[in-house]
Amino acid sequence: MSLIEAQKISKVYRLGDIDLRALDHISSTIEKSEFVAIMGQSGSGKSTFMNILGCLDTPTDGHYFLDGIDTGRLSRDDLAEIRNKKLGFVFQGFNLLSRTSALENVELPMLYNGFAAHERRDRARQALKNVGLEGREDHHPNQLSGGQQQRVAIARALVNEAPIILADEPTGNLDTRTSQEIMELFVRLNQESGITVILVTHEHDIAAYGKRIIRFSDGRIITDEAVI
Amino acid sequence: MINLPSTFKISFRALRVNKMRSGLTMLGIIIGVGAVIAMVAVGAGATQQIAAQISSMGSNLLIVLPGATTSGGVRMGAGTQPTLTMADAEAILRECPAVEAVAPTHSGTAQIVFSHMNWSTAILGTTPSMLDIREWRLTAGRSFTSQDVKSATKVALLGQTVVDNLFGDQDPVGHAIRIKNLPFTVVGVLAPKGQDARGHDQDDTIMIPITTAQKKLFGAQFPGMVRVITVKAKNAEDLEAAEQQITELLRQRHRMGQKQENDFTVRNLTQLMQAREESTRVMTLLLGAIASVSLLVGGIGIMNIMLVSVTERTREIGIRMAIGAKTWDIRLQFIIEALTLSLIGGIIGTIAGVATSAIISSASGWPIVVSPLSIVLAFGFSGFIGIFFGFYPAYKASLLNPIDALRYE
Repeated sequence: MSLIEAQKISKVYRLGDIDLRALDHISSTIEKSEFVAIMGQSGSGKSTFMNILGCLDTPTDGHYFLDGIDTGRLSRDDLAEIRNKKLGFVFQGFNLLSRTSALENVELPMLYNGFAAHERRDRARQALKNVGLEGREDHHPNQLSGGQQQRVAIARALVNEAPIILADEPTGNLDTRTSQEIMELFVRLNQESGITVILVTHEHDIAAYGKRIIRFSDGRIITDEAVI
Repeated sequence: MINLPSTFKISFRALRVNKMRSGLTMLGIIIGVGAVIAMVAVGAGATQQIAAQISSMGSNLLIVLPGATTSGGVRMGAGTQPTLTMADAEAILRECPAVEAVAPTHSGTAQIVFSHMNWSTAILGTTPSMLDIREWRLTAGRSFTSQDVKSATKVALLGQTVVDNLFGDQDPVGHAIRIKNLPFTVVGVLAPKGQDARGHDQDDTIMIPITTAQKKLFGAQFPGMVRVITVKAKNAEDLEAAEQQITELLRQRHRMGQKQENDFTVRNLTQLMQAREESTRVMTLLLGAIASVSLLVGGIGIMNIMLVSVTERTREIGIRMAIGAKTWDIRLQFIIEALTLSLIGGIIGTIAGVATSAIISSASGWPIVVSPLSIVLAFGFSGFIGIFFGFYPAYKASLLNPIDALRYE
């Protein structure tokens, strides 16, 4: 079985009397160690699909198998555990806890799965080093540049050794140069550690870092092709 | 798996960020806990004081007073008409089965002199059984005896206040004092009893044989005249029976007709005092209850702030959920925050309450009893309030949908 398998997933939002079909019977599979870029205009359903893949949202219809497990059958807490152990998130707005040091931000996922304090610390330091932020452990998010904040977020996504990283417009708030650095980091993680990277973007040059591009429009997949 | 030390750390940090807000929220609990402790201390002090007065008065007491004189249609009040006699007192002891002891008294005020010191005090002429009835012990010497009463000897027992004023540090036993210029020998010293229910100093007194008071000091309108008869019933249940038996006996002895009013009054002191004690206890409960309301209001303050805090930190909750926080991780985080607020408030409130009690006590002279129980209760209650009022905001936070919480602006 594939790492990620979506079977006829639909997501319908009910707005008053109108049903808004954000996803319309999406089926797709993603294998381990792929680097997939999901593209589409805003409202195309790409972010909704991403949230479902990230177990942050549930489909109205259809099945989503993650690592062979039907996530539709899982409880809130089971989903939280999956997010903790198998998924790492990188958001457009970084979503770091302010007033908390970079190191503690990176420690956060381990807080929820029972690592001892010293082990948390060591692993968080290692993860920050891995994204090139050695020496910035005690900086708070507001003392870091956008690129550095996004690196902290990536370190946080990596620290539990999750096999999948989901990045939702990770370069949306960054300048071109920093965007390139962040994308190169994703490429390295994908190539060196075999981490599956799924990236949502609407920028072609960012999507070009991926090995496969899935395009969304009006809640459907219109193209799904490998990058040559 | 829930990581308690880290959860505590997160909570402390969140509280430190809003110092002013946390402080004000705590103030509600501080005032509540402080008020409960201080109010209960005041009430418990009053109750204890009354209980002490009851025990200093002696238990199961009745007093029989002579009737009122009527002079030209003007009634002069209980005790003005001398109707009671030594024989009445003896008859009560002999014929009323519910009565255990009887002490007639004949009293007055007189100037007493020892060496170059003098002092004015109440002189209580009575019989040795008074000491048993009032449960009054001696700290030195001996009591006078029934033989002293029979022969009207001039011996005296001094209260502690009298000793302090006349003798200072000297041992008074064996010395001679002069009461109304008559020489009396001090045979004993009464143990201190403190104030009675009306604030009189019970130790400012001298006891002498009743016959001596009648014949040599104050005189009597007729031989054997007695001002008050103090009666001790066999036990608390016998008080009413004793009251009835005494009334019947005295009516018979005083040859009163069916329609004639009593020429004496029987009062049940113990019941009066117990009623007072009971009402003080009710007052304590009431004060405590009112103070608890402020504790409750403090708890609502905590809930209010926690609800605001949950709303403000919706995004933080979303982030925590996205990276794997489970329902109880989120709940505990907020419950521990509320608990921390209320327990720190509880500790400060306890200190404030004890301090307030001490201030009230020294300013008003009321006795204050800070019971460990009230501290434990107030503290436990504030902890309970933290959990109780913290739970709803925590519950609300844990029910957030991760994706909605993440998108919250």
